[in-house]
Amino acid sequence: MTIALHIKDHYRSAFAELETTVAGQEPAWLHEIRKEALARFEALGFPSHREEAWRFTNTAPLREKTFHLAEADGRDTLGPAVRPPVTGLDAYQIVFVNGHFTPELSILNGLPQGARVESIAAVLRSDPGSLEPYLARQGSYEDFVFAALNTAFMRDGAFVRIPAGAVLEKPIHLLYYSTRLETPVVSHPRNVIVAGSGSRAVILESYAGPDNAVYFTNGVTEVSAGEESDIAHCKLQREGHEAFHVSFSRLDLSRSSRYAHHSITLGGGLVRNELNALMNGEGIHCTLNGLYLVDGKRHVDNHTLMVHAKPHCESHEVYKGILDEQGRAVFRGRILVAKDAQKTDSKQTNQALLLSGEAEITAMPQLEIYADDVKCTHGATTGKLDDEALFYLRARGINLEDARELLTYAFASGIVEQIPVEAVRAELDHVLHKRLSFSHSNEVSV
Amino acid sequence: MLEIKNLQVSVEGKKILKGIDLKVNAGEVHAIMGPNGSGKSTLAQVLAGNEAFEVTEGEVWFEGKNLLEMEPDVRACEGLFMAFQYPVEIPGVTNTYFLKAALNSKRKYHGLPELDAIDFLDIVREKVKLVELDDSLLKRSVNEGFSGGEKKRNEIFQMAVLDPKLAILDETDSGLDVDALRIVAGGVNQLRNPNRAIVVITHYQRILNYLEPDFVHILAQGKIVKSGGSDLAHEVEAKGYDWLKDVIPAEETVEV
Repeated sequence: MTIALHIKDHYRSAFAELETTVAGQEPAWLHEIRKEALARFEALGFPSHREEAWRFTNTAPLREKTFHLAEADGRDTLGPAVRPPVTGLDAYQIVFVNGHFTPELSILNGLPQGARVESIAAVLRSDPGSLEPYLARQGSYEDFVFAALNTAFMRDGAFVRIPAGAVLEKPIHLLYYSTRLETPVVSHPRNVIVAGSGSRAVILESYAGPDNAVYFTNGVTEVSAGEESDIAHCKLQREGHEAFHVSFSRLDLSRSSRYAHHSITLGGGLVRNELNALMNGEGIHCTLNGLYLVDGKRHVDNHTLMVHAKPHCESHEVYKGILDEQGRAVFRGRILVAKDAQKTDSKQTNQALLLSGEAEITAMPQLEIYADDVKCTHGATTGKLDDEALFYLRARGINLEDARELLTYAFASGIVEQIPVEAVRAELDHVLHKRLSFSHSNEVSV
Repeated sequence: MLEIKNLQVSVEGKKILKGIDLKVNAGEVHAIMGPNGSGKSTLAQVLAGNEAFEVTEGEVWFEGKNLLEMEPDVRACEGLFMAFQYPVEIPGVTNTYFLKAALNSKRKYHGLPELDAIDFLDIVREKVKLVELDDSLLKRSVNEGFSGGEKKRNEIFQMAVLDPKLAILDETDSGLDVDALRIVAGGVNQLRNPNRAIVVITHYQRILNYLEPDFVHILAQGKIVKSGGSDLAHEVEAKGYDWLKDVIPAEETVEV
């Protein structure tokens, strides 16, 4: 138990307040889940470094601050300090500001027949039964304390339904803005994505906020991908430099589906991404790609878990980090191959590029294999820019700064190229070509 | 064009070059030959600006400017080109992107406007024929997965595009079969002109059959021990480096 009494009081009173706010607006089953989740949060407590999963990420700065739930969407507080995480994107778009659905900024017309992208808060009022089978049904708050916190306090998020056989021509963009408010604000975005069998879609989940504000985003995304579906999912995180960003994503994949997750972390002062992929059928192809850029005194922690539960599945995981100044990163990639999961083919690679002598990465690949006929490999490399390559570029007339930039870009390019959204690739090209400003600063307004 | 005076170079405290003097004029082709470990590649690397080598004494003048004071990229922009003995693989950077960046760096240095993709491609199409380089290699990452011969041809192709005043070919012939050697040497020959100087560094005489150097220098134990015309190369070929025993100083004992 690591929650100090006053913090516990804070969350209890916040919960009581929430209960009053949502009383009569939410179904009883959700209230039960919330209560269970709060109890789970209290039982688990804020993580301490004594726990294996948190040994290298100190949550004290998060624990020591008091955050408040924003009461309204606050889109009037969106100013030039918050720029969109990606520009030039042609997508269906659902926008949330400080955790609340903002219809004025959302573009949801033209979705194909049967496809729905809605605010969870709205669906809970109009048709809660449609959410009941999916919301918090994947056991996501049992073990991960921040998911429990999210489940107790979630207010809104995107409920995405793609019907069987549907092919979406444009990406679906779930966009979360945080703004600078009088007191530090917390939001608990909750996304539920249900892709029907044989459907094809690209989902972009993005986060942005101002550099000059302390705030906390604590998201949970639950995905169910139907049989033979083909889903690409890009999470683009461009929070402000001082923001706390914790996310828990849970992928439940069915037989013969293809799922590619691209986790791009450009912002946030303290970041923890937890990604669990459950391959719950045969013949699944799952790709988990990651790219994180860490400068200043920022800290980025990626934990992934790839569960091969059934035979004949293939998984590829490549995480790449670029660390500069006093940036810190943690990567733990666990691959679990169950006894039944024969003929598993799993490959994990983790690479870190250290651009300064003070940057540090802790990498922990873990294989747990209970089947006997599998192919599993993992590899981790950490290094600086190759001196020989630098000299080669310079010997052709390219100056040192450009040569460093070119090689840094080259390091990341393999991940960028695979992202199936042109506007995101262009944005990343732009960011990588001015490496020293990883997360954007005051530029365009929305 | 190039004047080297008493150049002395050490690497990790060990003296490799012990006083090189060499003068190269525009239009000339010089061959520098020598046995393994004589310091040939060190000379090429030092001229290109590799910081792993320490110049302890001497001067190098390039077109009247102090070469040793220039950064490697400035040397390239001033018109020096070294074809690497071991071209470096750069995954994630396409050959075309790399070369366009290099050419535009050079143009920018000289106050010329940068070339757009179309103008650049015109140059590439013309030069790529010179060394019979497969078009598909242009779209691939720099040297990644290239065969030994493809890497060397890629070097000469880069030379053709960058159009240097002085080209130093560091063992460009090593590892090439007869056909590849003929193509590479053919490319170099076409790049020969009265305004350009070429220094060919090699262990063997065979590339010189194609290139016909104006001057041949024998480098041994960090010094040029003999200079002459192209006949000298044939003598080395016929008699081996042992024939030069009387002009090569005995190995110095390293002081501890």
